[in-house]
Amino acid sequence: MDDTDIILSVDGVAKTYADGPKALDSVSLSIRRGEILALLGPNGAGKTTLISIICGLVSPSAGSVIVDGHDIVSDYRAARAAIGLVPQEVQLEPFEKVLDAARFSRGLFGKARDDAYLQRMLTALSLWDKRRSEVKALSGGMKRRVLIAKALAHEPRILFLDEPTAGVDVELRKDMWAVVEELRSNGVTIILTTHYIEEAEAIADRVGIISGGRLVLVEEKGSLMRRLGRRELVLTLGDGEDLPPALARHGLSRSADGTFVYTFTEEGSLAALLADLAAAGVTVRDLETRRRSLEDIFVELVKNGADA
Amino acid sequence: MNWLAVWTIYRHEMMRALRTMLQSLISPVITTSLYFVVFGTAIGSRIEQVEGVSYATFIVPGLVMLTVLVQAVNNASFGIFFPKFVGSIYELLSAPVSYLEIVIGFVGAAATKSFIVGSVILITASVFLELHVAHPVMMFVMLAVTCVVFSLFGFIIGIWARNFEQLQLVPLLIITPLVFLGGSFYSISMLPPAWQTVTFFNPVVYLISTYRWTFFGEADVSLPFALAMIGLFAAVCLTVIWRMFRTGYRIRA
Repeated sequence: MDDTDIILSVDGVAKTYADGPKALDSVSLSIRRGEILALLGPNGAGKTTLISIICGLVSPSAGSVIVDGHDIVSDYRAARAAIGLVPQEVQLEPFEKVLDAARFSRGLFGKARDDAYLQRMLTALSLWDKRRSEVKALSGGMKRRVLIAKALAHEPRILFLDEPTAGVDVELRKDMWAVVEELRSNGVTIILTTHYIEEAEAIADRVGIISGGRLVLVEEKGSLMRRLGRRELVLTLGDGEDLPPALARHGLSRSADGTFVYTFTEEGSLAALLADLAAAGVTVRDLETRRRSLEDIFVELVKNGADA
Repeated sequence: MNWLAVWTIYRHEMMRALRTMLQSLISPVITTSLYFVVFGTAIGSRIEQVEGVSYATFIVPGLVMLTVLVQAVNNASFGIFFPKFVGSIYELLSAPVSYLEIVIGFVGAAATKSFIVGSVILITASVFLELHVAHPVMMFVMLAVTCVVFSLFGFIIGIWARNFEQLQLVPLLIITPLVFLGGSFYSISMLPPAWQTVTFFNPVVYLISTYRWTFFGEADVSLPFALAMIGLFAAVCLTVIWRMFRTGYRIRA
């Protein structure tokens, strides 16, 4: 990877809050220009702390961050000018009008007024018709769009989306993904945090997993999804029945409670197992499929010493 | 300097004041008018001249200071507390602006608002009385300086306050008593010597005394000393704000 391709470089960043907890433990990460990186992790893993440090909201206890060649401390103006931040909570002034809010953000970042740009941007976010509405009059989904509009008002090169779809309905979530895709096509680098695997799967190029303040792994989405996408089929057979040898090739494992567990990733292999079960005349009393939870995967990854 | 950001913050704060202009202008005017009626006309008519002017005239500088101090502290503290309260401060902290630029924007707007209120009160007073100002330029300079210095103080309170109760606490429990005991309604020389000494520890005394000098040409305390004290208070406020931003006190983890 050529150095000029790196737009954000996090090196050994750690954070211990004054009241005790260690939120981040020596996180290092490089992000390529124009990519979408999803930071996946359970609540309290340190995702928001990492983003907050990069954006200047939290001071790191150790480590350094370089944004497009600018250190976030010694050259904070240039570093911050490149960044747009969409926070997790809806944090807006309730009596402000949408267009005024966007203009404020643009001016605050030192960019000259450009109403044509703001109109294009608000239109793309379906907010132009609401430009004269006070924020408090908008629906929850619209307020989130205003947050995005404010973050984009100064034409940032990197956009941070902290849990952009937490608590929003399916339709709005799809809209958000479309917005992200559109931004990427305009060359904006996007880093989003989420605790939905589906979200990472839908829009990210790479996925980073944070757990307990550590960046457990960063991997291309495709390969990670093959690992994360593993599912299990639990079979309960008729009393006293055992698996016939014909099914041995499927490699089922027997659990302590007498059920059989079959691990699979592709739908085709499941169909083959079911066909073999039917052909062998095995009585299946119960059948249950389950996706391993994100928690299970974290536990496994952490246990394996973050080998990836 | 990111002057565009300073202007943006300033304009944003002034716009907020415009939305509530009636209450921010009419309420001080009514309050002041009440003071003139009660202290100036009703009680004042029974009081002999103080420092060579009628009592109603004598209290004008003190009344202006009383209102301006409370307004400056309230405006500035609310200005920075509100984004903290609704959470929108994240944007200020992640923007390419220095602490000084944030302070200039917020304090500048709060000072402007209080200056306007102070001027409106002077206009109201001139409706009731015939005001002669001995040093008009200094009168407006002092008004402006007071607005800025106490807006700085209010800014500190806004960052310090964790809730609305704390926000109200300082203006109510500190500013108002200091102004009342700072010679707004009497001359320091009217006090017994022991209380005069105590009074000199009240910073507002210097402010009101100097301001009264701009009107009547007479002051309770020496002018250079008073100006030095005001300068000292401003320096202390600036240092505290600088420390607050440096350490991230109650704004940055």
